[in-house]
Amino acid sequence: MKIESQRDFWSGLMFVAIGAGFAIGATNYSMGTSARPGAGYFPLLLSAIMAILGAVVLFKSLTIERADGDAVGSIAWKPLLIIIVSIVVFGLTLERLGMVITVPLLIVISSLAGDEFKLRGVLVNAAVLTAGSWAVFIWGLKLTIPLWPHFLQ
Amino acid sequence: MDLLNNLALGFGVAFTWINLLYAFFGCVLGTLIGVLPGIGPVATIAMLLPSIYALDATPALIMLAGIYYGAQYGGSTTAILINVPGESSSVVTAIDGYQMARQGRAGAALAAAGLGSFFAGCVGTIIIAAFAPPLTELAFKFGPAEYFSLMVLGLIGAVVLASGSLLKAISMIILGLLLAQINTDVISGTARYSFDIPELTDGIGFVTIAMGVFGFGEIIANLGQPAENREVFTKDVKGLWPTKQDFLEAWPAVLRGTGIGSILGVLPGGGALLASFASYTMEKKLARNPRIPFGRGAIQGVAGPESANNAGAQTSFIPMLTLGIPPNAVMALMVGAMTIKGIQPGPQVMTSNPQLFWGLISSMWIGNLMLVILNLPLIGIWIKLLTVPYRFLFPAITLFCCIGVYTLNNSTFDVFMTAIFAVIGYLFYKLSCEAAPLLLGFILGPMMEENLRRALLLSRGDWSTFVTRPLSAGLLVAAVLMIVVVTLPSIKSKREVAFSED
Repeated sequence: MKIESQRDFWSGLMFVAIGAGFAIGATNYSMGTSARPGAGYFPLLLSAIMAILGAVVLFKSLTIERADGDAVGSIAWKPLLIIIVSIVVFGLTLERLGMVITVPLLIVISSLAGDEFKLRGVLVNAAVLTAGSWAVFIWGLKLTIPLWPHFLQ
Repeated sequence: MDLLNNLALGFGVAFTWINLLYAFFGCVLGTLIGVLPGIGPVATIAMLLPSIYALDATPALIMLAGIYYGAQYGGSTTAILINVPGESSSVVTAIDGYQMARQGRAGAALAAAGLGSFFAGCVGTIIIAAFAPPLTELAFKFGPAEYFSLMVLGLIGAVVLASGSLLKAISMIILGLLLAQINTDVISGTARYSFDIPELTDGIGFVTIAMGVFGFGEIIANLGQPAENREVFTKDVKGLWPTKQDFLEAWPAVLRGTGIGSILGVLPGGGALLASFASYTMEKKLARNPRIPFGRGAIQGVAGPESANNAGAQTSFIPMLTLGIPPNAVMALMVGAMTIKGIQPGPQVMTSNPQLFWGLISSMWIGNLMLVILNLPLIGIWIKLLTVPYRFLFPAITLFCCIGVYTLNNSTFDVFMTAIFAVIGYLFYKLSCEAAPLLLGFILGPMMEENLRRALLLSRGDWSTFVTRPLSAGLLVAAVLMIVVVTLPSIKSKREVAFSED
C-alpha cells in the first residue's frame, strides 16, 4: 500500500490516536443517561467523532492519488529545540533569578536559533529588552514579576 | 431615535481621556504588528491579555479591538512596499500594490488603501450599531437547543469558508472541543483528564494554547524557512495624494469592497481574510476596462480588498457582541478577554453593560480616524521599522510571549504548558492542520457541553429536540447546507482556485 499524502496520513493517525486516548479516558467518568448526561457523556461522544474523522482522513490519504506525495518535509530541529529550551529555561529561572538575569538569558539562548548570531547585536538587544520589559511590565503595568535574584532579596 | 441615542452614549464613553488613550495605544500597537511580518493580531492580543487585569473592561476591550483593525491598516503597508503581507488578509493587496510601488506609485497605493479602509471602517461602525440590537433580541428567544445548534453552525461556518482541507479543519474543531474537556465538570464536580495534576483541574488556559500554537509555533516555522531577500521601496514614497484619475478608478472599488466585506464579516468564519479575497475576485470581474490590467498595478486591486478587509474586521464583531459566538480566532480572544473581566459574553451584554457595548462600537470609528492619521502622514516611521531584522524581532517576541504567559496566573506551570503547545503548533504546521478552528472549538467547548446537557435534560434525553424545534432545526439545516454546498465539485474547484496564490 502506498501513502499518497504523507501529511494527511500522519494527521489522520494523530486524530485517531487522540480520539482513542480521550475515549479510554472518558470511560473513567460516569456516562449517565441521555436524559441526565454524566461527566463522561460529551467527551466520549466527541472522541468517537474524532476517531471516525481521523479514520476518514487516514483512508483518503491512502486512496486519493496525488502525484507529489505531499511530503511532510524536513523538520527544523535547530529552531524547534532552541526555542523550546529557551522557554523552559525561562520557566525554570524566572522565580529564582528574577528578570534581570532571566531576560538576557532567554534572549541569548533564543538568538542562537537564527541564521546568524552576532554577539554584540544580541547583547545590545538583551540590554534593551531587559530595560524595556522592566519599564512596561513592572513599572508601567505594575505586574508582580520577580526582578532581582531570590538570594539578593 | 434609539440608534442616535445609543451612539451618543457610546461617543460619550469613547471620548473620555482614558478610553481615547487606550484606543490610540491599541491602534499604534496594531499598526506596529501589522507592519512587522511574523507576528499577527492573535498572538499580540494573547500576549496582552494578562495586562488587562489591571484595566477596566471598557478601555481593555477598546484597546484589543484597536489592535485587530489597526493590524489591517499596517498589514497593507508591508504588502505594498515589500511584497510581504504583514497579515494574511493583505495577501491579495500585495499583488497589485507591490506592482504600483515598483512603478513609483507607492504613495497612491498607500493612500487608496488607507482612505478606502477609513471609509469602510465608518460604514462598518454604523452597520454594527444598526444591526446589533435586533440580533440581540432574536438571541433572547434562544433556548439551550438553539444555542447548541447555533454553535454548530458557527463552527461549521468558520471552516467551510476558510482555506485548506475541510475534513481536517472539522477534525481540528473537534480536537479543540476535546482539549476543552480537560477541566472539572461543572455539574458533577469530577476532574476530567487531569492526571492528578492540580493545575489541570482548572482546565488549560486558552492563552497558553494561543501563545504556544500561534506565537511560538509561527516563530519556529518562520525560522525553519530560508531567509528571503527583500526589496524595500522606501525612497519612492512621495506624492502621497492620488491623482484625480486614481480617485475616479478607486471609489467604485471602495464601495463594492465595503459592501462585500460588511456582509462577509457577519457570517460565521468570515472576517477580514475572506472579505479581501472575495473583493479581489469581484474587482477582477467587475472593473470595466481597467486602465492598467490586474496584476500589473491596478489601483482597484488595492482599494477594493483593503476596504473589504477593514469592513469585514469591523462587522465580525457583530456575532461576538450580540450572540457571544466568536466568528474567528481574534474574536475568540475577545470573548476570553470579556470572561477575564467577569462579563459573560452573550446577548445580555448590550443591556447589562451598555457603556461597554456602545463605547466599544463608537471607539472603532475614532480608532479608524486615528489610523488614517497614523498611517498616511506618518508612513515614514513605519517604513523605518521594516528595516529591523528578524533576528532581533523573534527573541523579543519569544520574551513577550513568555512574560505574558507567566503573568496570567504568576505560574511557571503555564510557561511549561506553552512550550508543549509550541511543539504541537509546529506539528500542526508541518501536517498542514490549521490551528484557528482548534482555538474556536476550545473557546466554545464548555458552552457547547453545557447547552447540550441542558437541552437533553429539558427534552428528557430525546435527541430529536434539536430537529423538532424550528429555530434549532433551521440552524442545523443551514450548517448541513454549508457543508453540502462547498463539497459540490464545481464549487470545490473554485474554492481551491480562490485560495491558491495568484
